[in-house]
Amino acid sequence: MTAVDEAIIRVHRTEWARVVAALARRFGDLDLAEEMTAEAFAVAVERWRADGVPPNPGAWITTTANRRAIDLLRRESRRDDKQRQALMLYDDPSAQPHGVIDDDRLRLIFTCCHPALAMESRIALTLRMVGGLTVAEIACAFLAKETAVGQRITRAKSKIKAAGIPYRVPAAEDLPARVGGVLAVLFLIFNEGYLSSDPAQEAVRGDLTGEAIRLTRLVHALLPADGEVAGLLALMLLTEARRTARVSASGELVTLGEQDRGAWDAALIAEGHALVRARIAAVAAGQGRPGRYQLLAAINAVHTSARDVRDTDWSQVVALYDQLAALDPSPIVALNRAVALAELDGPEVALALVDRLDLAGYHAYHATRADLLRRLGRSVQARTAYDRAIELAGNTAEVAYLTRRRDQLTPK
Amino acid sequence: MAQYLMSVFGPAERGEFGGYSSEEEMTQAYADTGAFNQRLRDEGYWVFANGLAPATTATVVDGQGAEPVVTDGPYLESKEHIGGFWIIDAPDLDVALKLAADGSKACRGKVEVRPFASE
Repeated sequence: MTAVDEAIIRVHRTEWARVVAALARRFGDLDLAEEMTAEAFAVAVERWRADGVPPNPGAWITTTANRRAIDLLRRESRRDDKQRQALMLYDDPSAQPHGVIDDDRLRLIFTCCHPALAMESRIALTLRMVGGLTVAEIACAFLAKETAVGQRITRAKSKIKAAGIPYRVPAAEDLPARVGGVLAVLFLIFNEGYLSSDPAQEAVRGDLTGEAIRLTRLVHALLPADGEVAGLLALMLLTEARRTARVSASGELVTLGEQDRGAWDAALIAEGHALVRARIAAVAAGQGRPGRYQLLAAINAVHTSARDVRDTDWSQVVALYDQLAALDPSPIVALNRAVALAELDGPEVALALVDRLDLAGYHAYHATRADLLRRLGRSVQARTAYDRAIELAGNTAEVAYLTRRRDQLTPK
Repeated sequence: MAQYLMSVFGPAERGEFGGYSSEEEMTQAYADTGAFNQRLRDEGYWVFANGLAPATTATVVDGQGAEPVVTDGPYLESKEHIGGFWIIDAPDLDVALKLAADGSKACRGKVEVRPFASE
């Protein structure tokens, strides 16, 4: 790859969202903003290869995209009237209450993750408009047809325009709920990369987890005081740190207890721990209570603090799950709590808790039961549970792991 | 400003208390909806609102042929029908969604928010 190509990729990564967001604000049209930004990068590929990279590449892209947009609007005089109206609407400060933080990229994120859009649309739109991924890349990431993803994005943009989804940061009283909506989108992108539910996909896909982390870093930079944003970023970093240790050379899932902890990414862990420590200090200073993501990050911080699985502070993990269960009484939280409790009070106690949960359609429920039954020496029941877990699990590495475990059971 | 249609859906068979579980609930829903309507007027969102008679009273007319064809009943067969609607003026969807949430609470029904096509 040439130095110019590398520069374009770097500028695309750092400037795409900024340029789209600025154009969307100026012209009041997401479609136009996206098209003209994409065009500016296409022009850059040509020009920079011939003339070299300009001294301020970001400004060059912004200027080029703006000029293209204005040229296009001048050519389409019919459209011009509507655009001028849109411009007036969006630039009239009295027409919209000011959000707490004013950043074009944040406006863009809140618009793309608006609760009036379906979750799949929010994900596709966020990856396209904020992440700068092409429709083909998004389709590939979610194993969807390119035309379907393209249509989904087009429909979402039409709805934003026709239904009047505002392009602004929500007012302070609405912010926590709306930030929660944004984080849900980012977490779904991360999880799809981390534990792909699709058997035809690689077990762990760094492209998606990396993109989710990049977007969460951006939101954290824009909302540094938000504890849940910091919590989600820490959770992602501490999870990503274990990515390579999580799947064996033969493509089998390696459980937390069996992972080579030396293969964990120390830099990501240090960054995640620093975020968790900062949140603990903030909570201790009376700045809010830890939400779901902060608690999950703290649990992961406990795990990644242990050099050996035997050094894990399980009572701390269980205590954090207790807090989480108080916040979120879902059976999935109870299931994870039981897994930790098995280390503290033994598999028998944990199994009694797990058996009470109504999660028969969830592969992790059966995998957990299988493991507890195996540890209790109840092989016949364990085998049945493994069979059910294998049947329900979609992830290839997980299926490989569960199959080996089942086949290792001693017949009784 | 954009205009939005906020439609309220309710059961096709309305029963003794107009689709509500008791007379008290019906009375309270009418009172709450009345107060909500007054607020729409006071705050400048109001364009129009009214409740509809049951869907069984509807008539479908197709006037595209030589002679109009008249059919008894609503256009779509459904267990739930529009029971009433508001038309509001709102600056954007966020404002419309908040009003819809309050309207839904007042009238005890789900509300569909849909923008009008005209600018």
